[in-house]
Amino acid sequence: MCRPGAGWHCEVMSLIEVTDLRKSYGGRPVVDGISLAVEEGEIFGVLGSNGAGKTTTVEHILGLRVPDSGTVRVCGLDPHVDRAKTTLIMGAQLQESEMQGKLTVAESLELFAACYPRAADWRVLAERLGLKEKLNTRFAQLSGGQKQRLAIALALVGNPRVVILDELTTGLDPAARREVWSLIEDVRASGVTILLVTHFMEEAQRLCDRLAIFDRGRVVALDTPSGLVAQSASGTVISFTPSRPLEEDELAALPGLASVTQHEGRITLGGTDETVNAVISLLARNGVSAHQLRVTDSTLDDAYLDLTGADA
Amino acid sequence: MSATSTPPVPSTDVTPRPGRAVLRAELILFFREPGSVFWVMAFPTLLLLILGFIPAMTEPKEEIGGLSTVEAYVPVAVLLSMIMAGLMAMPPVITGYRERGILRRMSTTPLRPSSVLGAQVGLHAAASLISAVLTLAVGRIFSGVALPSQIFGYLLTLLLSVVCVMALGSLISALSPNTKIAQAVSISVFFPAMLAAGVYMPIQQMPDLMASIVETLPFGAAAQALNQATAGDWPDWIHLGVLALWTLVLSGAAARWFRWE
Repeated sequence: MCRPGAGWHCEVMSLIEVTDLRKSYGGRPVVDGISLAVEEGEIFGVLGSNGAGKTTTVEHILGLRVPDSGTVRVCGLDPHVDRAKTTLIMGAQLQESEMQGKLTVAESLELFAACYPRAADWRVLAERLGLKEKLNTRFAQLSGGQKQRLAIALALVGNPRVVILDELTTGLDPAARREVWSLIEDVRASGVTILLVTHFMEEAQRLCDRLAIFDRGRVVALDTPSGLVAQSASGTVISFTPSRPLEEDELAALPGLASVTQHEGRITLGGTDETVNAVISLLARNGVSAHQLRVTDSTLDDAYLDLTGADA
Repeated sequence: MSATSTPPVPSTDVTPRPGRAVLRAELILFFREPGSVFWVMAFPTLLLLILGFIPAMTEPKEEIGGLSTVEAYVPVAVLLSMIMAGLMAMPPVITGYRERGILRRMSTTPLRPSSVLGAQVGLHAAASLISAVLTLAVGRIFSGVALPSQIFGYLLTLLLSVVCVMALGSLISALSPNTKIAQAVSISVFFPAMLAAGVYMPIQQMPDLMASIVETLPFGAAAQALNQATAGDWPDWIHLGVLALWTLVLSGAAARWFRWE
């Protein structure tokens, strides 16, 4: 869906489309064949450790870099060539980028608002982002959380169709981080597509509809967070303390089993739904009761480590 | 995920004027740097004012061609303000913007980061030209120094000098990876520039060899041209040529080596 008056249409293609993007710095490939597509209305996450190529990919999407090979399209346009148009579609928050230290929140918002033909009313935006009390505070005097909220406001002030947030919550304390998360959910609820770059599993799991896991310049997995968890070897974790010890052979024979650990009489099994059912019937067959039986999903953390082999 | 729908923020429908908005923001920021405002706009005038209150400084001296020290120092004070603006005030601002990702941030908006640089150069140039007018006025009012007789020659020299000093400041900003280095480079160019402009000793008073060396430098050439225009002559083309050549080389180099991040 295109906004009226935008002047161009892109109803067929994805909002952002990256195809086989490659970029090397000093002979070292930083982005090594990345492909992904961000669809209208979703929160698309890019998850990976430092040096996985996340920021470089984002810089290409924003038109700040020229690819060695491959293509980047935003609304069907090349963001490096059609900069004048694509900068109207995208709002960005960049890693380690500030505003002029002595410019106030209001002045910063006013400056950015003046650049767009259909800018949002920055006073309303500031109020919604909890910056109303800080309008006359200079950038240098803001706390980390307030700076990030201003960064979101500046990314939104041009009424973009997609907002790119690069490591938005890095350096924030847990309370401020949660606050920013609910702001991001509000932004999406207002119909804006979000490309979220992060290295926090919890953040990706909570916010993203779909997630690309980057590792050494490649996409190693692309799915919904729950899909990624299910893809990993041990999607479900079963733990219990049996009323009497169980035969190790019997445990090892459980279907779908990925791991077994025993610690002070408590057994922890990694497996699938099938494993859960098999454990229950095993217990029933042997007349063993299970104390404190817990069945939990394995987290995105486990999936991430599985997929990137970072655990090894 | 979230089921609640947030009402859209109302939007305004006005013609975007990014260039004007940048200029406005940078103007506000310029006046929030009291150091820059003082050294560029007040210090050169104050210097002249103080000289004017010392009786010995207002008497004609043979070694400076029959001029009084105050008279000889009017063009020097004018150049001093330009040097302060272009070498001391501007480069740390621009390198700071690059260092802190401000130029990079601007690159992701319809705003051209070059408009930020343009605003910086324009504002610092304007500040030093206003300071020049102040200096001439203070010299005229408090010390009775006559206004330049060859006004067009004087104006042309002023414009060429200010463009040249801004090109030099831009080159320093281009070559310095961070604010600290920019300040160090600026300081090391600052003293020779002040010497050439005649801050320590007006060019009329310099030994011949020294004067002819200084004349090949932008501020030495500018000082000579301003002196000639003050006396009522059209400045020698060689001085204007030296200034123009420096401007060309410095701005070319600045454009060649400038990095946005």
